[in-house]
Amino acid sequence: MNTPFWQAAFSITRKDLRAELRSRELVNTMGLFALLSVLIFSFALELDRVARQEAVSGVLWVTVVFASILGLNRSMAMEREQGNLDALLMAPISRSAIFAGKLIGNFVFTLVVGLVLLPLMTVLYNVPLMQPWVVVLLLLGIAGFATIGTLLATMTVQTRARESLLPIIMLPVALPVLLASVNASTAVLNNAPIDDWIAWPQLLAVIDVIYLTLCFLLFEYVIES
Amino acid sequence: MNENPALIETRALVKAYDLLVVLRKLDLQIQRGEFVALLGPNGSGKSTLLRLLAGLTRPTSGTILIGGWELPREAAAVRAQIGMVSHRSLLYENLTARENLRFFARLYNLNPTTDHIDTLLRQVGLYKRGDSLVRTFSRGMLQRLSIARALLHRPDVLLFDEPYTGLDQDAGRTLDNLLAQAHSEGHTIVMTTHELDRAARIASRVLILSRGTIGYDAPASQLPPGELAARYGELTGMVVIQ
Repeated sequence: MNTPFWQAAFSITRKDLRAELRSRELVNTMGLFALLSVLIFSFALELDRVARQEAVSGVLWVTVVFASILGLNRSMAMEREQGNLDALLMAPISRSAIFAGKLIGNFVFTLVVGLVLLPLMTVLYNVPLMQPWVVVLLLLGIAGFATIGTLLATMTVQTRARESLLPIIMLPVALPVLLASVNASTAVLNNAPIDDWIAWPQLLAVIDVIYLTLCFLLFEYVIES
Repeated sequence: MNENPALIETRALVKAYDLLVVLRKLDLQIQRGEFVALLGPNGSGKSTLLRLLAGLTRPTSGTILIGGWELPREAAAVRAQIGMVSHRSLLYENLTARENLRFFARLYNLNPTTDHIDTLLRQVGLYKRGDSLVRTFSRGMLQRLSIARALLHRPDVLLFDEPYTGLDQDAGRTLDNLLAQAHSEGHTIVMTTHELDRAARIASRVLILSRGTIGYDAPASQLPPGELAARYGELTGMVVIQ
């Protein structure tokens, strides 16, 4: 009776991407924030080469996290503004398909920002961020943020203080992802032996699976209450 | 056995938000093909009733049956039978009219053929604006496109929540015609509105919701002049200026 899961999920993602390509609201907001953030940190750390090397991974992840929060708020606001969430809820689709569709879109938008940051920060900080392992960590970390962020943005979008509420509730919940991502990428950028840090991306993958499972299970309850 | 079961039925339906009881043991039966206008002052529970029928909110207690399926237990079966038009468009402003309809067609597991979408756009008079972004549409055009979206999957039941809000007289008349056409095509319509005259003119049955229950229920064709306004005034304590 329900529309096939992936047909519904991909339709929602495709709709989000198409709307974004046209309006560029998300990418402009997230991109501008990310650019300003790395520029400000670059000026602050300009004179201290060692501090720059140590801090670059933190700057990358803090920028990605806050840019993703901006994107998540906007992405869910799009569903709220004209009552579109009601239209999605009235369609014969699984609630999990709505979650999957929004999650994939949020993941793609944040990943684009993260991938643009790598060459930009390589130039500004003179630290080689364009490495395969950094990209893998970016994929794993952003998957975690996008998963928990999509669920929490669905909860906060109906509240009046949604813009400020999302970071307040998301950062503590996303802390394990942030810790694992920062530690792993710091080790990669400092050329530490792989045995010293491989546990971090493994932990990140496990956290992602746990978050994905929990969020899929909780989404129906969250969206209907 | 009932020969003619109601398409929509509520039994002892209660909806409360914490201590605020909006609907109190509401019993209602709507037959297939009826056009019901639901009247009542703000806060009387009209929109809440529509959201309950659409499966967008859960009842506190009582039963809702649509086409024999019970909500919310069998919501998946009910969703494909319902189309809703609200005072908000439920459309994506950064997509074109055609893209919106194609998107919703996919959600309803329909093959979004150009023919079907073009037919709907013609039906609501938006064929030539099919490739325009929805954000460029006037309020009246948005409402017509909302109707096309609601009709897309050929639902048995159409729910209209104050569809005339913000429409000028021309757009209101166009909407009257679209509603009459949908009714003549056999859709069962439930519409909330504050416009008593319009309700009496276009609907086949009028209900006045007052203090969470049905205070008045009559066929629109048998209403003597002034009757609806008088009963509305009695039930709501409001003076109706005609």
